[in-house]
Amino acid sequence: MDKRLERILPRVQKPARYTGGEYNQILKDPDAVELRLAFCFPDTYEIGMSNLGMSILYQTMNSLPFVWCERVFAPWGDMYAEMKRAGIPLYALESGDPLSAFDSIAFSIGYEMAYTTVLDMLNMAGLPLRSADRPALLPLVWAGGTAAVNAEPMAPFLDLFVIGEGEEVNNELLTLLRRAKREGWTKQTFLRRAAQIGGVYVPSLYEVAYREDGEVASVRPKDGAPEKVVKRIVEDLDAAPFPVRPPVPSTEVVHDRVSIELFRGCVRGCRFCQAGHVYRPIRAKKKETLIRQGIEALQNTGYQELTLLSLSTSDYRDLPALCDGLLEYCEDRSIGLSLPSLRADNFSMELMQKLQKVRKSGLTFAVEGGSQRLRDVINKNVTEEDLLNTCAIAFSGGWNNVKLYYMLGLPTETDEDILGIAAMANAVLHCWRTHAKNKNRGVRITVSTSCFIPKPHSPFQWEAQISTEEYLRRVELLRGAITAKNVVYNWHDAETSLIEAVLSKGDRRLADVIEQVSRDGGRLDAWSDYFSFDRWMKAFERCGIDPHFYANREIPTDAVLPWDHIDVGVRRQHLLRERERAYRAELSPDCRRQCSACGAAGLLKEGRCDG
Amino acid sequence: MDKLRLRFEKTGRAIYISHLDLMATMQRGFSRAGLRLQYSEGFNPHPLISILLPLSVGTASICELMDFRLREETDLQALSERLTAALPEGIRVREVWPCERKSAELKWLDVCGRLEYDRGLPSPEELTAFFSRPEIVIEKKTKRGLGITDIRPAIDRISLCAEDGCIRLDARISAQEPTLNPELLPAALRQLQPELAPDFAAFTRLETYDRDHQIYR
Repeated sequence: MDKRLERILPRVQKPARYTGGEYNQILKDPDAVELRLAFCFPDTYEIGMSNLGMSILYQTMNSLPFVWCERVFAPWGDMYAEMKRAGIPLYALESGDPLSAFDSIAFSIGYEMAYTTVLDMLNMAGLPLRSADRPALLPLVWAGGTAAVNAEPMAPFLDLFVIGEGEEVNNELLTLLRRAKREGWTKQTFLRRAAQIGGVYVPSLYEVAYREDGEVASVRPKDGAPEKVVKRIVEDLDAAPFPVRPPVPSTEVVHDRVSIELFRGCVRGCRFCQAGHVYRPIRAKKKETLIRQGIEALQNTGYQELTLLSLSTSDYRDLPALCDGLLEYCEDRSIGLSLPSLRADNFSMELMQKLQKVRKSGLTFAVEGGSQRLRDVINKNVTEEDLLNTCAIAFSGGWNNVKLYYMLGLPTETDEDILGIAAMANAVLHCWRTHAKNKNRGVRITVSTSCFIPKPHSPFQWEAQISTEEYLRRVELLRGAITAKNVVYNWHDAETSLIEAVLSKGDRRLADVIEQVSRDGGRLDAWSDYFSFDRWMKAFERCGIDPHFYANREIPTDAVLPWDHIDVGVRRQHLLRERERAYRAELSPDCRRQCSACGAAGLLKEGRCDG
Repeated sequence: MDKLRLRFEKTGRAIYISHLDLMATMQRGFSRAGLRLQYSEGFNPHPLISILLPLSVGTASICELMDFRLREETDLQALSERLTAALPEGIRVREVWPCERKSAELKWLDVCGRLEYDRGLPSPEELTAFFSRPEIVIEKKTKRGLGITDIRPAIDRISLCAEDGCIRLDARISAQEPTLNPELLPAALRQLQPELAPDFAAFTRLETYDRDHQIYR
């Protein structure tokens, strides 16, 4: 270990997150591989090590014998300051080697607020931030992750992006990079050839022109790059590699447990939801695969908890049989089974009661809208009756902690809808009074609101975000309406939501702002400890860019969207149709009842969509 | 099953694992090795494992002791290897035996330390003289704020010598009643004779002893 590091580590909080050496880490001989890859997660160790995508790709990339893929995370503020002071560059956990020793640096970017951390990590690695300022082929700097569905604000920094699921395309890319390194290709040659791999987006091969009013005029590919970059998916999840032997952190992380993925995609089609659209088509794993992988992962990690992951657990067809199969193994070994993302229905409650025999944690419901009309607008198929029925079962079963999540600022929202949130919280409280098993224990109902953020590739991608002032007015309105002392109201900070909206719907011109914020010390912006609205607003001003143009204007439907050349499978026509139905407060049936021909099934060559 | 005791090493990168995290790591190690720990009864069952002397983050050890109970009879000979294979880098189980002695009988610890000086070494004699004072009264953070304590009675013997460009410290210190954290040795220098204080110090626990200075197991 680096002598300087040895002096620093005893002084920082939770040093075990900076040392590597975890059980199941993958060690290789650096001289025996051809490519060394630094796989960076632009957030802390605790967040990154809880990310299943990161875990999957760590395994798939390391399955290539000529690659050693190591993990890199962003240090917390105290460690960051110590590293700067001691002049220690960013290093990878497995070998402890600085990023300058690597042939390639890849980022998994799951959310927009991580953008400044990506730049910060490049800076800590001693690399120029912009792709154009790194003329050599190596190190190749690239990224993937959900945020890549609109890569534009980060386009000037990364050499290329991978759009969609990385299991296959990453390895195709690394195989090409090995050839390029062996044969001494120029970066230009490599990028042109890489652009021919399905799902690879090379921003420098696309010229963006703007209109005088600020809208994008055109995005033109050159050098043979495809007109549209089509998202990659893994067709058969049962056959896809799954990390049954992931590194086990030796220090507590956010999700300290085995996660198994039930299916990708979502049958529901909530109109605000990006994930529900960009992860389509729906592909489920067989329950036999899940039980086998879950048990293997439990045996190989020693974790005491198993969780089922998907966008909507209740929509997994074989859920009862899956739970029975897993419980058979878990119960006897005191291993907990947890099921997040359940729908508010009776069936889910029965399941919950079966699972949580002893400890009764809180129940969380994402209701999203305060009135049935508004929930119809967003296609969130939850009725107040469903919610109250579920709560009644829960309260009589001994639960006494309910969280209700809503968004403020959804399209067409009125004050009446907002007051509906308070009314619903009261109805839940009344339900507790009627059904509680033991009233002496009291009840806690938490209402949380966040500010609606229009997201690319969702039916609401053209929508405007409400202004921060208007959001705060709505917060006050709701705050005044919530009077019961058992109901607690929390609201998400308006300023972060504005910046997130700007970055979500941004184009390449925002790169200057992100770079400015990074130069001014911005990093770990997803953390309120570090986020500075002031720093962002100053950067906008300095770069002459109006954040409200991006966040608060409705985009005309005939405009070119900055992300139009990224094809995630769901057709624009489908999104437009859904948006029109939203304005008519018309529900769309879920995929199981009636296929909406969204287009995502076209990504499947042989399999069929499980919707 | 009866209570078992094991001795393990915690060195290298593993020295940064905190006591609390180590408990979880050990529990997972047992589970990965296919060994079923006995759990406590009651509302919130937890595995019956306990580490005799919690180790500070950053201190290495080759003599950590841990008590546990298994649900099934197991071959104790093979246990060390089986567990070590299931534990992270730097944690190695050396031996396992049926626990006989009470943890309260553990009294003394041998530790060695490496004191680093960036601007030249002080004389080992001066350092030895410092620690040979009849009393070494320092300020120390306690649960109730800053306290004053004499650490001298907790030092049974101590010797210092120059080795590989550092000062090597060897000491037998009190492990329990009172507990002396070896970090307090350089801290005493910083407080009472700062010109002798090292820029960095790292310690390793070497061996455990009872009240009569016999090896404690």
